[in-house]
Amino acid sequence: MSLLIGSEISSNGVATNRRGTADVVIRLENVSVEYHAPREQIRSFKEYAIRLLQGRVQHEEFKALSDVSLEVHEGEVMGVIGHNGAGKSTLLKLVSRVMKPTGGRVWVKGRIAPLLELGAGFHYELSGRENIFLNGTLLGCTHAEMEALFDEIVDFAEMWDFIEAPLRTYSTGMAVRLGFAVATARQPDILIVDEVLSVGDEQFRHKCAARMDSFRENGTTILLVTHDSTQVTGMCDRAAWLDHGQLRAIGDAQTVVDQYQNFTKGSASPR
Amino acid sequence: MTKAEKPDEKPIYDSSRLVSPFVEEFRELTRYRDLVKHLIARNIKTRYKRSALGILWTMLNPLLMMVVLTFVFSEIFKSSIVSRSYSAYALAGLLLWNFFAQTTTGAMSELIWGGGLLKRIYLPRAIFAASALGTSLVNLLLSLIPLFIIIIVTGVPIRAVALVLPGPIILTAMFSLGVALFLSRIAAYFHDVMEMYQILLTAWMYMTPIIYPKEIIPNHFRWLFKINPMYHLMEVFREPLTVGRMAGPKTWAAAAVASLLTLLFGWWFFSRKADELAYRI
Repeated sequence: MSLLIGSEISSNGVATNRRGTADVVIRLENVSVEYHAPREQIRSFKEYAIRLLQGRVQHEEFKALSDVSLEVHEGEVMGVIGHNGAGKSTLLKLVSRVMKPTGGRVWVKGRIAPLLELGAGFHYELSGRENIFLNGTLLGCTHAEMEALFDEIVDFAEMWDFIEAPLRTYSTGMAVRLGFAVATARQPDILIVDEVLSVGDEQFRHKCAARMDSFRENGTTILLVTHDSTQVTGMCDRAAWLDHGQLRAIGDAQTVVDQYQNFTKGSASPR
Repeated sequence: MTKAEKPDEKPIYDSSRLVSPFVEEFRELTRYRDLVKHLIARNIKTRYKRSALGILWTMLNPLLMMVVLTFVFSEIFKSSIVSRSYSAYALAGLLLWNFFAQTTTGAMSELIWGGGLLKRIYLPRAIFAASALGTSLVNLLLSLIPLFIIIIVTGVPIRAVALVLPGPIILTAMFSLGVALFLSRIAAYFHDVMEMYQILLTAWMYMTPIIYPKEIIPNHFRWLFKINPMYHLMEVFREPLTVGRMAGPKTWAAAAVASLLTLLFGWWFFSRKADELAYRI
């Protein structure tokens, strides 16, 4: 039994050259994201109309990313580090197509699985089975694909006894397990991870880690976003450091993390 | 591009590819059609899962409304409704109106519900309007069963002309989707639009001949009907059922043109800002 549906990846000879010569799968060319948003979040139309009449709607330009260029190669594990608000999640949104850049170009090749939203759209009145299909199609699978993956998902989540029960009877851990099983049921070309997940109990965490490792060995590109630099040095081949929307450094994970830490120490006020 | 891309099956996303959002949104929506089906199934299942009457409730709800209306109004309107039963007339009108109202309000509330999702994963943004439309379409089709029962029970003859019914339903679906998309974009920015729309919707319903016959409106106010697309759609839908003949060609033309233009406008208005919606909701 193989869960590696997209195993043709390894036949491209990617695993042999992790860095440099492998195909580019993510390319950002001079990418900028600029928000033009009201300074205060105005949620109500009435309020907006009143303020507009009073001339009190002030817009603000906010650059979430400015002129970022980078490439990620097939099979690479790329870490993205930076402080809160440095533009990390904006970068993820660009790659996963949630957001379009206001300048420059984003180019992505392959199927993306975002491990950001485990159990997206889960509904608590629906059964586990119904939720698997809802969640899977939300992540871009077709119904037929989900049918083919169904047994494997329930096996992985160890959920056969509860699969017809409504989700509200599940514990939080069970729901997250199911979410992880669906999100990773197919080997993606690109996996996007926002912070390393801690899913369920010890034994299930091992299972998750094993699955991620097998993805990596089979050529999945991983984009890991975190502000924990030890995760980056531990798992990533390369790293990119974002600071106030600008790419400060990109390269070997250890080198970039060192630069980042030196900078953080230097700029931080003494604690 | 330094290197020519190998032709393989992997999807390629290029933010600088020049595709009109109008076309792109449609293409993506068809790609996600299975999701639309599952969202519709979710809406229908969760609405009835905990109620004892289940799916029967969809049929009972407009029926009860009809009973109340018949009780109150049938005597008052007796003089103007000679050839048809008030019950069938009111029920047919209510069903079509509910279809429109449910689609438009459902699209807004689903979009606001799904806002968190749109911020984190890619989905065609029109998906919520599509699933709201599908959900109310299922409800409408189910409630056609009690409608036909009422028509038979009250002795209105069913003619072959009733077979045109899919036509008005499709036109109303187009009109509702157009309005739903238009409202969805605004509601993404201002959530209180939903409340304001409820008030508008009530006023709109009373300006459309649904619970009263159009004949009771004096001639110098008839123009209010003429500019109301729901009036034309209502006529096209109801005439074959309650009078047993087709609505006039002018009414058909007005209904078709209004629906098509509304859909095109709504789709354009929504899709050109579709990319921005994700961080506005």
